[in-house]
Amino acid sequence: MNNKKGFIDFISTNKVVHIVLSIVLGFLVGAIFLVVLKIPVGAAYGKLFAPFTNLKGISYIIVYGIPYIMTGLSVAFSFKTGVFNIGCEGQFVVGSMAACLLGILCPNLPSIVLIPLCFIAAMLAGAIWGIIVGFLKIKWGINEVLSMIMFNWIAFYLSNFIAGIPAIHSDGSAEATKSISENAQTLLSDETIANLGLCPTANWGIIIAIIMTIVIWFIIEKTSLGYELKAVGFNKDAALYGGINVNKSILLALAISGAMAGLGGALQLMGMGRRISIFSSQEGFGFAGIVTALIGCSNPFGVFVAGLFYGSLMYGGSKLNLVGAPTQLVNVIVGTVVFFIAISVIFTNLKYLKGLFKKKEVKNVNGGEK
Amino acid sequence: MAKEHIDMNTPVIEMRNIVKKFGDFTANDGINLTVHKGEVHAILGENGAGKSTLMNQLYGLLRPTSGDIIVKGEKVDMKSPLDAIAVGIGMVHQHFMLIQPFTVTENIILGTEPTKGLTVDMAKARENVIEISKRYGLDVDPDAKVEDISVGMQQRVEILKALYRGAEILILDEPTSSLTPQEIVDLIDIMHNLTADGKSIILITHKLKEIKISADYCTIIRLGKYIDTVDVSECTENDLADMMVGRKVSFTVDKPAQEPGDVVLNVKDLHGVDYRGVEILKGLNLTVRKGEIVGIAGIDGNGQTELVEIITGLKKGISGEITVNGVDIFNKPPHFGFENGVSSIPADRQKHGLVLDFAIEDNMILQNYAKKPFSKNKLLQRNIIFDYASESIKKFDIRPGGSEKRPAGTLSGGNQQKVIIAREVQNDKDLLIAVNPTRGLDVGAIEYVHKYLVEQRNKGKAVLLVSFELDEIMGLSDVIDVIFDGQIAKRLTDGQWTESELGLLMAGGGDHE
Repeated sequence: MNNKKGFIDFISTNKVVHIVLSIVLGFLVGAIFLVVLKIPVGAAYGKLFAPFTNLKGISYIIVYGIPYIMTGLSVAFSFKTGVFNIGCEGQFVVGSMAACLLGILCPNLPSIVLIPLCFIAAMLAGAIWGIIVGFLKIKWGINEVLSMIMFNWIAFYLSNFIAGIPAIHSDGSAEATKSISENAQTLLSDETIANLGLCPTANWGIIIAIIMTIVIWFIIEKTSLGYELKAVGFNKDAALYGGINVNKSILLALAISGAMAGLGGALQLMGMGRRISIFSSQEGFGFAGIVTALIGCSNPFGVFVAGLFYGSLMYGGSKLNLVGAPTQLVNVIVGTVVFFIAISVIFTNLKYLKGLFKKKEVKNVNGGEK
Repeated sequence: MAKEHIDMNTPVIEMRNIVKKFGDFTANDGINLTVHKGEVHAILGENGAGKSTLMNQLYGLLRPTSGDIIVKGEKVDMKSPLDAIAVGIGMVHQHFMLIQPFTVTENIILGTEPTKGLTVDMAKARENVIEISKRYGLDVDPDAKVEDISVGMQQRVEILKALYRGAEILILDEPTSSLTPQEIVDLIDIMHNLTADGKSIILITHKLKEIKISADYCTIIRLGKYIDTVDVSECTENDLADMMVGRKVSFTVDKPAQEPGDVVLNVKDLHGVDYRGVEILKGLNLTVRKGEIVGIAGIDGNGQTELVEIITGLKKGISGEITVNGVDIFNKPPHFGFENGVSSIPADRQKHGLVLDFAIEDNMILQNYAKKPFSKNKLLQRNIIFDYASESIKKFDIRPGGSEKRPAGTLSGGNQQKVIIAREVQNDKDLLIAVNPTRGLDVGAIEYVHKYLVEQRNKGKAVLLVSFELDEIMGLSDVIDVIFDGQIAKRLTDGQWTESELGLLMAGGGDHE
């Protein structure tokens, strides 16, 4: 079908192409920095992409990617329903803490009970964190972006506070909580990890992430609930006129979005972290979710791929110092990618190039006749 | 009309065989247009016929897929409006592009400021503005802030802006759509001053009356195709309408006599406030019976907007009683009224009537998305929704056909209105409220909307029509309620109303009850 349209048409109208172009440009800008720092570009990018070449590396990418997929889904869902969930960060933290508390305080429950319980608690915690903000908005018209940013900090200090409570705090010297019970962990068995040669934190959290990707897509595209939430997101006035309870929809959208972020926190904790450190600054999983949602065009499947991409950069980036490249290179790349996605309308303007080509063709024809 | 000011030997604009395609959709299909020096040339077409697309190509906003644009004898290839301005084309858009807190002069010189050293030479700019303003009788105060002047004046500022940049060809896009009758008369005078001085004007419109008064020639476009260019003085309004729509258009509505039935809508002693909190409805009483159209005539701001918002549940009233078929719907949410028999064609179709980013098919089920057959077990039944939309698009002649999956925002205004009408009529409720249902529509679409309103009445529905178009109220209503100062000032039931009688009542004069 695309044969009829030209190559430039394809580039200027296809959103996926814009994303890919943005990523390529991100790496180009990163390369410029490397050249300036006199670090061989090939070696640095080789390190960044090396994980893709073996099973162990791929398992790292997946493990790193899980939380980004979940926060990405959270933000993407909020975009589709007309709220901007910048509070994803805090919801992630409270979800993580809810799962952590259960994992520490109920160590003897069997996995089959404890793990689902942790998931549910984390989703509830994230959802409640989102609903509070929604309630403030509906009841007193408080701008949700402001209250979300504040709630991120409340979550942050709450988490540090809980981690410092003697019953929760690690018995050792670490500034962190105790480790959660093995029954609450989603790690694959040592045998499997050894046999397949996976990374030591390989876990089955990715299966939950896959399921949630499909669930979110299904809600948005296939259900009357998704219709309702999208209608409110696109045009509140028309939704109200059409008989939709707008306030209820906003709360529900924030609850679902928050639940995804909270579950992300639980998956990160139960697979990779296993305990929560006392942090001096926000970890940024939630904010990275905004990036992932943007790269994934707010499409759940796009977000899934974008989450893995982000995970691969985070993992590969941690290896950059081996070749003498600063790990901040990854931030430069990600920042540039987001920048180009934000101004991706410039790619639409590539269509003007077509006019230039056409003119040249015409000139050539005329020349031939003469 | 006298045409001595037209120089037929000097074509200033020639558009030859213009084709513009958007994907598979052909918006302009071989259109020709020739405009001479000193001529007012109207472009007439229904909503969505391709008028704006054609003009956007002439103003450099779009580039033709094929075809030539020749300005003053030279072929041009315009990449942006800057190129168009450079060859002397100016455009006044339907929605003005002015900076509200700036003065008239500041707005006019923006981007082409005369300088003296490093500073803007405001004195010189002001002189220039006054000079041009005087020459064409524009009568604009160069020092007034744009936010303080009327819509008609703002339009003159836009015209001045184009003239200041040396425009010899002015494109006016639906220039009268937001003007009062007196402002329209003034605008037509200004257009004549301009053409007398050798400027050419291209007028995009679907208002036949104005074409008759102001234009010399008229090019008619239908469904993106060139139909004809005619000498306006040799055509009647009816001829123009027929060419535009492609069939015989009737300006009057046939309405069989019919005895109204039981009361459907009953509004008693309704009090309500406007957006500022000032009481605007002061004890209004109103009834609408089965099988009748009740028209609300009144000057904007007398409470008609709030009346409809309160009935449809978009706004809360202070006190009073509203029942539909005996069920109390006062201060209930919109869906409660809907479930109990209220459907409405809202005044603002883009704000309340449609979700512009939703596909047509999704807009067709705005109130019924969660009900059978469109949803089963909370799952949308996509096939059923699509089929329903297809059927509606055919039945209500929504153009372009096959647009089930297209966002509503991509349709023309008239077709957006058809989507709303298709939805509300098929909702099949006992009460249909229509607020300015034909605003911004062309004659073909207006005829169509009127036909559906009368059809609802004939089927025994109660119809409440609120409109600022007196012709519409007088032509359709069985009963006219004149609203003045938050109350129904007079109910006219004999069908023997005249425009002057209504005008007097609407202004608070005449024989009040």
